[in-house]
Amino acid sequence: MGFGPVAPEADEPVFHAGWERRALGLTLAAGGMGAWPIDESRFARESLPPAVYYASSYYEIWIRALERLLVRHGFVTEAELAGGPASPGATPKRVLAAAEVPAAIARGGPCDRDPGGRAPAFAAGDAVRTLVIHPAGHTRLPRYARGKRGRIEAVQGFFVFPDSNAHGRGEAPEWVYTVLFDAAELWGRDADPASRVSIDAWESYLEPA
Amino acid sequence: MPHDGHDENGSTLDPMTARAMALETLLAGKGLVEPAAIDAIVELYETRIGPRNGAQVVARAWSDPGFADRLRTDATAAIASLGYGGRQGEHMRAVFNTPAEHNLVVCTLCSCYPWSVLGLPPVWYKAPAYRSRAVLDPRGVLAEFGVTLPEATTVRVWDSTAELRYLVVPMRPEGTDGMDETALAGLVSRDAMIGTGLAVSR
Repeated sequence: MGFGPVAPEADEPVFHAGWERRALGLTLAAGGMGAWPIDESRFARESLPPAVYYASSYYEIWIRALERLLVRHGFVTEAELAGGPASPGATPKRVLAAAEVPAAIARGGPCDRDPGGRAPAFAAGDAVRTLVIHPAGHTRLPRYARGKRGRIEAVQGFFVFPDSNAHGRGEAPEWVYTVLFDAAELWGRDADPASRVSIDAWESYLEPA
Repeated sequence: MPHDGHDENGSTLDPMTARAMALETLLAGKGLVEPAAIDAIVELYETRIGPRNGAQVVARAWSDPGFADRLRTDATAAIASLGYGGRQGEHMRAVFNTPAEHNLVVCTLCSCYPWSVLGLPPVWYKAPAYRSRAVLDPRGVLAEFGVTLPEATTVRVWDSTAELRYLVVPMRPEGTDGMDETALAGLVSRDAMIGTGLAVSR
C-alpha cells in the first residue's frame, strides 16, 4: 500500500542503462554455475533489508542479491566485493559457456516432478482455507492470502516446493492448485464484488474448509 | 577492465555501473562467468525473445480454433509448436478474455512473467505499486492504462505465485475478418497479453 500510481512509461526500452544489461546477463550466467536454485535466488532478493529493497531499482536488487549468493556459496568474499585483491574461492561445478546459452535458455528449468503414486489431497471444486503461517524463510503464500477461504479451481501438477528448496532442504515436491478467492474474502466488504483473485498454492499451504 | 570506479577516460562512473562492472570483472577473473555468455544472454533478450512471440501465439489462436483449443488444454505444447519455450515459460497457461471476464496477470511476490513469449517484463510490472494494487484494485490499475471495462465484465486477477506462467489472450477486435496472422499479430500489444491493455483494430 501507499506506493503511488503504477505510472507506466510509454515506449519503455528493454534496459534503461548499459549496466542493467550486464546485471541480467551476470545473474543468469552466475546461476548457470548450478550452485543455487531459482528459489534461493528469489529469497536472496526478497530478504534484502526492506529499506534497501524499496530504495533500489529492479536490477540493483538483482546485483545486491547476487553478491549475497556469491558470498554465501564461497565464490567471493566481502573483502573482494569491497575492492580488495581476488583470492581463491569455491570451484563451480560448471561454468556457462557462450555457445551453450541458446540451448540453456531454450531448455529452461522445468520444476514439475513425478508424483510417484502420491495422489492430490484436493480436487477441483473443493472448498479450502489457506493456512496462517509466518515463516522466516522463503514461501510463495502471499500475506494477503493467508487464512482465507477459497475454492480449488484446478489441480495444476506436482512441483518442486520453494519453501524447502530455497534453503537447501531438498526439492520436496508437492501438488499445486489454483485457488480462487472472491475479492470480498481478501479485502473485506468494500471490495469490488465483480473481482476475483487466484493464487497457485502448494498443498502444504492448504487445509479443507 | 577498470574496477576502481572510473572509466578509461578517468571520469567517475555512476555507482551502479561501477558496481556491476566490478562484479563482472571479479567473477570473470575467477573463471566463474564468461563475459561472452553474458553478451549472448543480453542479445537473446534484446533481439529474439520478446512480445512479438506472444502476439504470434494470440494471432494463431484467433485464426485457428484447433490451435485455440490446444492452447486451452496444453498451452506449453501449443506454444512450443510455434517454436517458443524455455526459461520462465516451462509451465504455460493461456487465459482467454471474454465479454464476461477480463484477465489480469501479476506477481505480487516478485516479478514472475512469461519470458518465453513476452520477453523481459517492463519496470512497472516489477515495481511495488502494480504488484500491490493489481490484486487489490484491478479496475483502478486498468484505469491508469486507459482501460475501462463494461460494468458487466468481471475481473479475474492471476497472482503468479508458483511456476505457472500466464499469457492473456485478448478478445479479437471487431472489423478484423479476413486479416492474415501477421496483420492480426500487429494488433496485439504486450500490455494486452498481461491484461493491462486490449487488442484494438487500427
